[in-house]
Amino acid sequence: MMQERTINALVLAGFVLLPIWALATDEPFTITLATRTVLLALAAVGLNIALGIGGLVSLGHAVFFGLGGYAMGILAFHAQSFTPLELGPLTIAGTKSMPIIWLCAIVVSALAAFVIGLLSLRTTGVYFIMITLAFGQMFFFFSISWSAYGGEDGLSIWVRNSFPGLNTLIPIQFFGLCFAALCLALFIHWRLRASPFGLTLNAARQNPARVEAVGLSPIRLKLLAFVISGAITGLAGALFADLNRFVSPTMFSWQLSGELIVLIVIGGVGRLMGPVIGAAVFVALEHLLGGLTDFWHIWLGVILLVIVLFSRGGIIGALTGKAGPHV
Amino acid sequence: MSTILIIEQILNGLQFGIMLFLMAAGLTLIFGVMGLINLAHGSLYMMAALAAAALAGAIVEIVVIRRLYAAAHLDQVLATFALILVFSEGTRWVFGSFPLFLDVPSYLSGPITLPGGIQYPLYRLALIVIGLLVAFGLWWLTVRTRLGVQIRAGENDREMIAALGVDISKLYTIVFALGAALAGLAGALVGAIQSVQVGMGEPVLILAFVVIVIGGIGSIKGAFIGAILVGLTDTLGGIFLPQFFKLFMEAGAATQTGSALASMAVYVLMGLVLIWRPTGLFGARS
Repeated sequence: MMQERTINALVLAGFVLLPIWALATDEPFTITLATRTVLLALAAVGLNIALGIGGLVSLGHAVFFGLGGYAMGILAFHAQSFTPLELGPLTIAGTKSMPIIWLCAIVVSALAAFVIGLLSLRTTGVYFIMITLAFGQMFFFFSISWSAYGGEDGLSIWVRNSFPGLNTLIPIQFFGLCFAALCLALFIHWRLRASPFGLTLNAARQNPARVEAVGLSPIRLKLLAFVISGAITGLAGALFADLNRFVSPTMFSWQLSGELIVLIVIGGVGRLMGPVIGAAVFVALEHLLGGLTDFWHIWLGVILLVIVLFSRGGIIGALTGKAGPHV
Repeated sequence: MSTILIIEQILNGLQFGIMLFLMAAGLTLIFGVMGLINLAHGSLYMMAALAAAALAGAIVEIVVIRRLYAAAHLDQVLATFALILVFSEGTRWVFGSFPLFLDVPSYLSGPITLPGGIQYPLYRLALIVIGLLVAFGLWWLTVRTRLGVQIRAGENDREMIAALGVDISKLYTIVFALGAALAGLAGALVGAIQSVQVGMGEPVLILAFVVIVIGGIGSIKGAFIGAILVGLTDTLGGIFLPQFFKLFMEAGAATQTGSALASMAVYVLMGLVLIWRPTGLFGARS
């Protein structure tokens, strides 16, 4: 049985070595795949704060992923068409600068998470799952019928946005940027879990009544976790849209919310590196099985069933021999 | 806006609501009795053939679902999400992704004239009648028969009725197959209006969840009222919201805003109901 710490170090090392190897052997597509993995992992790391520590099964996290994507899409669209973005009395110029786009994506998704969390946290259990799903569907259908930004067809961006000091068009540099964002999010998760806030949040998941009895508000703790979680997933959405230079309503789809949960469960719920391992396995399966058969989702379904039915704690749980925090 | 159009749209809304009820009744029954969230319910709807759906339901229950009763909601959602992947991709593998079309039986085709001179397709009217009959049948089954008594007792206290000598796992298989059969019935009936194709279950499934959450999970009466509400909101919203916005906006923008809001209307309704009553209209108070 391995230590969780060893596994974490190995995974991170893999993410550093793989692109270097791809660069040396001149395989830019592998770098793009690795970037995709990193961004899915980033979105799932965000969800893992709400799901893993706070126990909030949100089937609507695609909302934040999509909002981040559309924040990037809309700003870049106005920049490339040289039209100002008019928000009532406010007129904003579009931008192609990543730091500004990220800030917008984070703020917009955090605000959305605050409103959605405030309303959804009145409910618990299945009702919470369903109300987050309903919010996801609201955004999905709204984006489909909002033809100003492409509606069902989505929105294409011609050139990837820029980051000061880097050439983001070179795959390895963009990968580095995304990987840095992932490391930052992992660091936040790690610090958060050991902080007083993280510990009380953990307690609120396990026993809300006792947390309330010592004078803390479980709902307030969970709301804060939900907002942080939404903001990180929103950032992932902005980067993901930049990777594909394309945003569409699929970023809001409920299947995406489901897949984010799947990533976490494959890796291990509530584990620091759970979402990262899950994303790596997911993209590898998609790539390898997708090359063999069009119907690779069947095998993903079978693997998922096996994990849910027979293994507690996902891959990390199986490797360390400890079922993890959720049993 | 003529009265006839309004009545026609209300009938369409009712018909849609009743189809949703058939889906939602199975789902709410399964959730209420067995405490199981079944995301794969839509896949059973896709199976469209009644006997096949009931059989598939029973097999799925025995092979997979049985292991999930004691599991957390998260695990149930995931396992049934996995089943969706397997079912839809499997169907696509076997039948291809080309849609199939079912014919309306000849004795049910053509329009019928309702009192007041309204022309309405006979088949849709038949759907409303069948749905109402099924609703009545379900009410009769749960309230008046021995099986219904056992089902309701199972909702309240499964250990107790097991102790009283009822074979609880057989009861669960029956309930699951019954729910699957209802979903299959809805699929088969709708198949003659729309086409039958892979993935047809998913949009309806989400609406069916909206229905049972609005009605209160586990309540058949709630599912019925929720289904009619959702059916009417969806259908009437699609027609009347754009018209409504035309009253004070220019036509293009009105259609835009109206249809955007109409597609969200159902979810807004659900959000409002849950904020007002966090366990749905007829859900048990926690």
